[in-house]
Amino acid sequence: MDVTSSDSALRGFLHGLPGVDEVGARARAEELARRSVKADAKRLALDLAISMIDLTTLEGQDTPGKVQAMCAKARQPGYGAPPVAAVCVYPDLVPLCVAAVKGSPVRVASVATAFPSGRAALDVKLADVKSAVAAGADEIDMVIDRGAFLSGRYLAVSEEVAAVKAACGDAHLKVILETGELGTLDGVRRASWLAMLSGADFIKTSTGKVAPAATLPVTLVMLEAVRDFARFDGGRRVGVKAAGGIRTAKDAFRYLVLVNEVAGEEWLDPRYFRLGASSLLNDLLMQRVRMEAGRYSGPDYMTVD
Amino acid sequence: MSEGAQVSEGSEVSVAAEAGRIAVRKTYKLYVGGAFPRSESGRTFEVTDHAGGFWANAALASRKDARDAVVAARKAFPGWSGRTAYNRGQVLYRVAEVLEGRRAQFAAEVRLATGVCRDEALAEVDAAVDRWVWYAGWADKIAQVRGGVNPVAGPFANFSVPEPSGVAAVLAPRDSALLGLVSVLAPAIVGGGTCVLVASARYPLPAITLAEVLATSDLPGGVVNVLTGQVAEVAPWLASHMDVNAIDVTGAPGGLADDLAVAAAGSNLKRVLRLPPVAWTADPGVDRMFGYLETKTIWHPMGL
Amino acid sequence: MRFEYAPAPESRSIVRLRDSYGLFIGGSFVSGSSVFKTISPATEEVLAEVTLGGVEDVDSAVAAARHAYERTWSVMPGRERGKYLFRIARLLAERAREFAVVETLDNGKPIRESRDVDVPLASAHFFYHAGWADKLGYAGFGPSPRPLGVAGQVIPWNFPLLMLAWKIAPALACGNTVVLKPAETTPLTAMLFADVCQQADLPPGVVNIVTGDGGTGRLLAGHPGIDKIAFTGSTEVGKEIARQCAVSGQRLTLELGGKAANIVFDDAPVDQAVEGIINGIFFNQGHVCCAGSRLLVAEPALDPLLDALKRRMESLRLGDPMDKNTDVGAINSRAQLDKIQSLAALGEEDGAVRWSARCPLPDRGFWFPPTLFTEVSSSSPISREEIFGPVLAVTTFRTPAEAVAKANATPYGLSAGVWTSKGSLALEMASRLRAGVVWANTFNRFDPASPFGGYKESGFGREGGRHGLEAYLDVVATDVAGTLGASDV
Repeated sequence: MDVTSSDSALRGFLHGLPGVDEVGARARAEELARRSVKADAKRLALDLAISMIDLTTLEGQDTPGKVQAMCAKARQPGYGAPPVAAVCVYPDLVPLCVAAVKGSPVRVASVATAFPSGRAALDVKLADVKSAVAAGADEIDMVIDRGAFLSGRYLAVSEEVAAVKAACGDAHLKVILETGELGTLDGVRRASWLAMLSGADFIKTSTGKVAPAATLPVTLVMLEAVRDFARFDGGRRVGVKAAGGIRTAKDAFRYLVLVNEVAGEEWLDPRYFRLGASSLLNDLLMQRVRMEAGRYSGPDYMTVD
Repeated sequence: MSEGAQVSEGSEVSVAAEAGRIAVRKTYKLYVGGAFPRSESGRTFEVTDHAGGFWANAALASRKDARDAVVAARKAFPGWSGRTAYNRGQVLYRVAEVLEGRRAQFAAEVRLATGVCRDEALAEVDAAVDRWVWYAGWADKIAQVRGGVNPVAGPFANFSVPEPSGVAAVLAPRDSALLGLVSVLAPAIVGGGTCVLVASARYPLPAITLAEVLATSDLPGGVVNVLTGQVAEVAPWLASHMDVNAIDVTGAPGGLADDLAVAAAGSNLKRVLRLPPVAWTADPGVDRMFGYLETKTIWHPMGL
Repeated sequence: MRFEYAPAPESRSIVRLRDSYGLFIGGSFVSGSSVFKTISPATEEVLAEVTLGGVEDVDSAVAAARHAYERTWSVMPGRERGKYLFRIARLLAERAREFAVVETLDNGKPIRESRDVDVPLASAHFFYHAGWADKLGYAGFGPSPRPLGVAGQVIPWNFPLLMLAWKIAPALACGNTVVLKPAETTPLTAMLFADVCQQADLPPGVVNIVTGDGGTGRLLAGHPGIDKIAFTGSTEVGKEIARQCAVSGQRLTLELGGKAANIVFDDAPVDQAVEGIINGIFFNQGHVCCAGSRLLVAEPALDPLLDALKRRMESLRLGDPMDKNTDVGAINSRAQLDKIQSLAALGEEDGAVRWSARCPLPDRGFWFPPTLFTEVSSSSPISREEIFGPVLAVTTFRTPAEAVAKANATPYGLSAGVWTSKGSLALEMASRLRAGVVWANTFNRFDPASPFGGYKESGFGREGGRHGLEAYLDVVATDVAGTLGASDV
């Protein structure tokens, strides 16, 4: 039976998932956060983290100048670093980005579906998605209807994700759970499965507009979900994007360790793990410079964008 | 012949007979698993009154009786320890009520056994009743006095609760016919433990009469099992028994108590109660009662 | 892609081990007649020479403790005693890194554990008990409970500094003085602790440390000048001491072996249960008396749980204990490794199916891979005996009642674990399990405020919390095996 066929089937499935003990999940995340990444592993981790970044600007004050500068940095972070995975912007800035990253491996991601609240009619959300795709977006970051999720209308959430997925065409769909609004790690696990069952290519923690955004315990639970979904009958490998509040190389390493030890090394790939961030890139570059030069760098030696 | 002596003193005791009537005597047996069996060995020993006259033939318990009594006590343990503390308190209070109703009978037995005067015997029975009442009231206080919440440095509910050690062997004091007996018995069961009581070889019969009280007081069979006989014969089997968790060696003379304590510790690390001699009329304190308790600490995370 | 963390060894430079250590008696280091070597179990390198305490050494340590008890410690106001303990707590915290490194070198446990568990908990234990020193009258043992006198304390090698803290902190807080005998294979943090006592200006003789072997321990436990014996170790030795105390009348607390059941229901929070199982048996290489060495799984949950467990075991990083990323360190000694290997072999002979994580073992030192056994018969030694190593025996159950029956079917009763999302089931199981510590939806958690100790043959008496004070105060107690615990308070 297709578990997404009805509200009650979905409810039965999602509530039949193993529970998450928050204290234990936190303890595990903290334990992994104390892993030490040194020397060659650190070099490798720095470039890997850079290659996983969705370099993001999602502000009302975004201008063509700002976005163009960001795209330039995405293509060529400098200091010998590899390009980032993608740039992530509002839909109206997609055409600009497409032009700016043309000829590079950098992909263009657009938030859509009445980001960040998701409070719009379905046809409006779908129009939002279609226009971004038509403008050349490679990836769509949608938000789930948290109101529907929290009131137990799982089918509504599922159908909306499926509809957006259909509207995406060839574009990859990242489904933002906005875990900061879900209240519990049980909710995070259920929302992760709901999104995956409904067609998500990626599940993403947060919009960045709600605190807390990405946290290690939340990402841990989502990584467990993608790991288990890959083994699930009818499942497949879904990616995870941690977004919001990840600012330092040390933060990024903690996520990489989490990916490595929870989901496994198959996920240590920009196709399956992303870091949604903006200032993180500069810190990674500073660390990179430090390792190359054998001395500490400073913000004055980094570009501002 | 002591029956005659009692009659001549005008005692109201049930063990005595009306003048001119042949008394119906009681056969004193063991108390095991709620029943009153004879010793499996078929042996008895003669019990005399304080003046040396024949009183009755008591069952002379064997090691197999001790074995059966331990099995009965173990069988009763889950039920008794699983009762609410409130219920255990009520049952023990019921023991006091029934004992009070048999005040005269026990006073007569105490007199017969020890030779004390009527008022002294009554005072001992009254004290024994009061001791049951005291312990009855303890049943639902122990956990709060003995347990508690532990403020650990982390997101955990953590609390400690007292639990009974299990089956205890209790050697009743040699020197007391009733109050000492009650004073070692009640603390062994108030916390939920069950026991095998070895009665004083000198005063075995009040223990069996007390068993009649227990048998009619809502106390589940097997919670208390009473053996009469020779402590030196039975107690070593209890001390070395691997399914006995605690032993009170009060009723063993010094050398034997040492041997029992060594056997008890060396076999399965029994909790050995070896308390200093006390006047049974004194405030009993909590040591004996707490000596039959373990502390269990439970952790559970607290999270969303 | 492969993401191998490069070696991240903790620096040894903070530690300056001496070539040889004397005994700490009467506030100073004194030499003894013979010595033995302590090695690093991870490399077999000799770390230092340590003194083997003999009859005269134990005599003089007990005499020093008696002298300090009578002249200084028992007559000092509690608030002043407490200040010394606070000092020790702070000194341990200040020198935490150093203690962690020495502990890991000498014991073989991962630096991650000595750094995050052993040393912080040891410091916390002193801090907690420091506060009790002037409040003993409020602890529920009468208005002015008295100390017992001189305590002889014998501790094991699995948590050398932490067990030292568990023993010394409550003893001192209650006004006793101590003679402590560290384990033969792990004496070094105790020697470092002696240095802390000097830095704290602790009055001479309050803490005396006599290193040595099992013979030294017997001398101490059998010494007539000792008022109280506290022993943590094997049930076999514990019974020997209990027999002795049964006649001598010395007060005794015992913290002995265990064979804890870790029970997983099919509604458990699975990922946390897997972590709890891992932590339960592979923490400290399974050298833990309360280790969850018997895994009882609800039958429907067995296969997926085993898959998850094996996957997780494969991710355990075994190797150099000094590496900050090591999860499983070295077995503490050749003798212990032999014991683990022979018990594991017995398990295989009994027809149990062995599965070990595929991790390369270093060439030097003592190592055993994280291992689990399935299809284990309940009569097999691997189900019955305390292995004290990273070996898990897995069995199944059908109903909660059967789980309880299987869990309780052991002479031990130290700890137990239960995993379920159903609150009422967790509480009922916790109530029915015959063990001194029950971890529900967690495992191997410790805290100075939380009483720890066993039922049945796991010993008696509690360590930690208000309950733990009773072992060091002159009150008649639950820990009265063979002892008078006279009520002359």
